[in-house]
Amino acid sequence: MQTFPAVEDAVGTVAAASESRRLRVFRFKRGDERPHYETFDVPTIARTTVLDALRWIQNHRDHTLALRHSCLHASCGTCGIRVNGREALACVTTVRDLGREITVEPVANLPVLTDLVVDMREFFTRFPDEHPLVRESEFPPESEPPEGIEAFERYEDCIECGLCLSACPVVVTAERYVGPAALAWAERVAEEPRGADVANFLAWADDPDGVWRCHAIFECTAACPSNVNPAARIMSLRGTLLGRKLRAERHEDHAT
Amino acid sequence: MSASGSRTPPAHVLIVGGGGTGGALAHDLTLRGLKVTLVERAEFTSGTTGRHHGLLHSGARYAVNDRESAVECIEENTILRRICPGTFEENDGLFVAVTDEDMEYHDDFVKGCAECGIPAQDLTREQALALEPNLNPDLKAAVRVPDATMDAMRMPLRFFATAQRNGADLRNYMEVLELVVDQRVVSGALVRDHVTGKVGEIRADLVVNATGPWSEKVAAMAGVDVPISPSPGVMLALRGRLCNMVVNRLHRSGDGDIIVPQRALSIVGTSSWTVEDPEELDVPEDHVRRMYEEGVKLIPAVRQAEFRAAWSAARPLIGSRGAADTGRELSRTFKTYDHAETDGVDGFLTITGGKATTLRGMAELCADVICKKLGVEAECRTRETVLLPHTELFAA
Repeated sequence: MQTFPAVEDAVGTVAAASESRRLRVFRFKRGDERPHYETFDVPTIARTTVLDALRWIQNHRDHTLALRHSCLHASCGTCGIRVNGREALACVTTVRDLGREITVEPVANLPVLTDLVVDMREFFTRFPDEHPLVRESEFPPESEPPEGIEAFERYEDCIECGLCLSACPVVVTAERYVGPAALAWAERVAEEPRGADVANFLAWADDPDGVWRCHAIFECTAACPSNVNPAARIMSLRGTLLGRKLRAERHEDHAT
Repeated sequence: MSASGSRTPPAHVLIVGGGGTGGALAHDLTLRGLKVTLVERAEFTSGTTGRHHGLLHSGARYAVNDRESAVECIEENTILRRICPGTFEENDGLFVAVTDEDMEYHDDFVKGCAECGIPAQDLTREQALALEPNLNPDLKAAVRVPDATMDAMRMPLRFFATAQRNGADLRNYMEVLELVVDQRVVSGALVRDHVTGKVGEIRADLVVNATGPWSEKVAAMAGVDVPISPSPGVMLALRGRLCNMVVNRLHRSGDGDIIVPQRALSIVGTSSWTVEDPEELDVPEDHVRRMYEEGVKLIPAVRQAEFRAAWSAARPLIGSRGAADTGRELSRTFKTYDHAETDGVDGFLTITGGKATTLRGMAELCADVICKKLGVEAECRTRETVLLPHTELFAA
């Protein structure tokens, strides 16, 4: 009999013993004066996720509950929400870890369309006009995996879930701040341009509402489900921009 | 010749279902000059499309037992790479033999690939391990084929984005409650808008049922039967990229015989069974265990990899339930039903079957049927039209 350390995490050690959990769900339909919260008691087993629980509500309690989901494995980014006030992907957040009563709300800093669905157009307007986030990952035949293949990640990791934007305390008050996702993207391009016009994107980031608006609180990095680490990327962009400025000044000193 | 060039307003097609099939059909019909409305009850790609393991098929998986699907796959694989630049990893796939039994399949496999026009390169054990050091060191041989990794949601969203730019009206969170049927003619749908909560009617010259494993339910609204077997499969997402190429088991199709690297995850898939209702899919524990057990045979590091998620997705396979035990016996090909011909109900088509890799080809054949039916003379242009980035769907 083979054993698999991770398999018990996957299937749960306690088989199918159902326990009830109460979900307090944010509700809003266009035309409503204000949003309200509705509570549902949901049967759960050890591996029930918040997304499973919400879909159970759709199927058994209220068919009109609207939410976003697609891949069910933390790869598409659509099911980003706030669970007990913290940003999370509903598909990989287990209900049993969250206490008896669980508050589920849409992500912050994006306009709500309906219930848990936000308008993602507002997420993408923060980027420069040309911003290919999912980019080609070619396979050069001569390539050798560096330091273990786990580090061999070339496909872009950002899944455009909006959780970093939701978690950022600066975005709340600085409406024009482009936010962590777009800046992390710009840093990625600067790091590996693949023919992109880096100077143009650096100029875009070098703005009071660009990298300099960030207060280095690192909430975006804590919220990111894909380990993109936007805060570190913003710091890195600042370093790049400062380096360029200093070099330019020194160059001017020498010139005079 | 475009239909919009004529004096009469273009015919209006209502597509029910916002998966890859519906999106590709909306794109094709819009390019041919038709007026298109697409309704999806939830988020686009939330049914089956977005949940697959992210494999762009070379067709090699079907080269021995399902040649029709294999040929469709390699043709569409080539076209999609051309019209979706930047969407695929150019990582290729390996079919790996790990047992003597696998080796018995090897010659048929290579022959099948050749006959279906799928480029296949024989590799020795050493060559395979040089490409993928994490492979089972006991492997006997491997064959390299043009599989690739795709983003299961963002690739189809490029069809949506392009269709929208060209004038298609794409509505998510809009659910079909009933079809409008009079004297055995379908002329629209009663819909609920989940954004406003309001109910209304959409009229159309033709309604297309593109709801995948839900096809039978939607067809029943028009009083017709569609022989669909919703056939779920379990997949397992592990943290870390255990391989860089798509790794397949070189054998007749079976459980847990593929590992697809997807960003910083490795997806192990799949199992196969059939259900009545695609709505609430179980994730059976024994299937999850089997993904580990079979995955380890391809890449031993599966054993230690950190668990990220396990889930099920329902394939819309053509064939009556009861005809199949596991769904693996059913073809992966696709089909368009004109219900005027099959059931005497006009104004209503169902497009179903198929897979993500063949979404464009499915749409082309269905659009050909639609145009013929509506008397529209317009060539398919989707083979050459390069698609907009998925982000354009969210352009303000």
